[in-house]
Amino acid sequence: MTVDVATHLTAQSAMDAFARRHRFHPGEAVPWIVAVAAYFVFPDYLALGAQVLATILFGLSLDLILGYAGIVTLGHAACFGTGAYVAGLLAVHGWGEPITGLFVAALAAAFVGFVSGAVVLRTQGLTLLMLTLVVSTMLYEAANKANHITGGADGLSGMEVWPVLGFRFDLFGKTAYWYCLGALFVCWLVARCIVHSPFGRSLTGIRENERRMHAIGSPVFWRRLVIYTISSALAGVSGALISQTTAFVGLGVLSFDRSGAILIMLILGGVGRLYGAFIGVPLYMILQDRFAAVDPVYWYFWIGLILVLVVVFAPGGAFGLADRLLRARRRHR
Amino acid sequence: MAEIVAASVSILFHGLAFAMVLYLVSVGLSVTMGLMGFVNLAHGVFAALGGYIATSMIARLGVPFVPAVAAGVVVAMALSVPLERALYRRLYGADELDQVLLTVGLVFMSVAAGKFFWGPLAQPFHPPAVLSGQIELGWREFPTYRSFLIASGAVLVTVLWLGLERTQFGAQIRAAVDNRRMAQSVGINTSRLFTMTFALGSGLAALGGSLGAEILAIEPAYALEHLIYFLIVVSVGGLGSIKGPFFAALLLGVADTGFKYLLPEFGAFFIYALTLVVLLWRPRGLFGYA
Repeated sequence: MTVDVATHLTAQSAMDAFARRHRFHPGEAVPWIVAVAAYFVFPDYLALGAQVLATILFGLSLDLILGYAGIVTLGHAACFGTGAYVAGLLAVHGWGEPITGLFVAALAAAFVGFVSGAVVLRTQGLTLLMLTLVVSTMLYEAANKANHITGGADGLSGMEVWPVLGFRFDLFGKTAYWYCLGALFVCWLVARCIVHSPFGRSLTGIRENERRMHAIGSPVFWRRLVIYTISSALAGVSGALISQTTAFVGLGVLSFDRSGAILIMLILGGVGRLYGAFIGVPLYMILQDRFAAVDPVYWYFWIGLILVLVVVFAPGGAFGLADRLLRARRRHR
Repeated sequence: MAEIVAASVSILFHGLAFAMVLYLVSVGLSVTMGLMGFVNLAHGVFAALGGYIATSMIARLGVPFVPAVAAGVVVAMALSVPLERALYRRLYGADELDQVLLTVGLVFMSVAAGKFFWGPLAQPFHPPAVLSGQIELGWREFPTYRSFLIASGAVLVTVLWLGLERTQFGAQIRAAVDNRRMAQSVGINTSRLFTMTFALGSGLAALGGSLGAEILAIEPAYALEHLIYFLIVVSVGGLGSIKGPFFAALLLGVADTGFKYLLPEFGAFFIYALTLVVLLWRPRGLFGYA
């Protein structure tokens, strides 16, 4: 398919094609319509819904580095957890204003991402995977050790989150739901701008052929570091959303399980599409919630079985499957 | 002074025993990852399986130690072949992310299956009477079972090394790790080689899991719990070798025991820091192909 594009399009029409990608497609409204509809259809599940929305943002941030820049990380919880703890600590120590909390959390997570990225992004493959993993587990152990600040294994409680734009956080999660949806929407706009910008295109170039990008003079390392930092900031916002809406931060926000789970959710949806997280995260979290309700002891088995079946029958996740169906139909015609 | 010596001796001793377990479990992972470039996060499942079979045969059926361990190894090897043929094989050379998804799925299923068949608690481990208690080695006493662990680990390392260096099978593996296409074109049946290596690696993992059940307790979440350590051994050692993971396991085993003895409140923090330093210094691991 890419060959067709290269041979049949002139430079001008290629420019047009890129410009068209940047324009909003009607299909892109679907997740937002679904999210708003879900609020009215499932009023009893708003707390879970808010968690799902915040986690979608986490998945989206991972997609920026994994799907667009090809950086495989098993330690994205480092930034998520930093955001969660920073927002939590602010609220515990007398600044419960949530929106500024998000910004501070984003800054802190971006700082962690920038410093760790400056070190680990010099490597590749398994080494990069291990280094990201090691950075996040070191933060985990440090948070566990610093229990006078973080509450250690008991978690950080006693957060007082102030109303957001005049709305109090209620028990049913109504405010939390809209708050998370709004934050996700803004961050999605940012992410969308990034991936369709020349900068975003150069990231895809680095993912596809790093040597060639070096050869045409692209500052590969810096491009990677910049997107890693941006992605970390978004992950930090996601962590902050979770801690503000649940008024609690546990050590789990920094754990290996968290990094692994978000990776799985994103792969389940499809990587490098910007919308993979919008499918994978709700799918995984709702399945997990349902399985855990039906079979509280062995739900792990069913989740595992689904993962295996997805790999066998639908490699590339939901979007990979959709692609293949579309292609099959086109060939049929 | 005498205290420091005594402490270092016991750190070294227990670290060595831990290192042998880590090595046995991880070496197969290193070879298969180097050979097939397959990110197999489910490797620990075979160790857990071997451990479960051995411990339950000893505790429930009263089977003697050696046949019980052997049974675990055989079952793990026998199970690994169809698994490799049916699932892993599809993904050789495929997207790493799909490999991650598949193997994580297998780990999840194994966790639930372990709980289903053997319950949520860690399995009790009873070494045979000959190997329990203490043994006098030189000037002080050591736990007999761990001495046995170190000795048998040393023997196995030697056997593996000789096997890889001196046998035709070993030469084929080395050839395929170095250059798979070239190995294929000189007539090595790499497909069969993969299956055999995979089975061998799984068997070794099962051996490590069952022999090491005293150190790494056999429980449902085994494959997930210790995954990071297995990955550290493989990445620090360098992919595709059997020498690399040995030294990496030694380093990890002794350092982990030492840090947990001297600075227990920091948990595994320094181990991760050490891994970070080593990997920044040698990004392909201590003995990886540069």
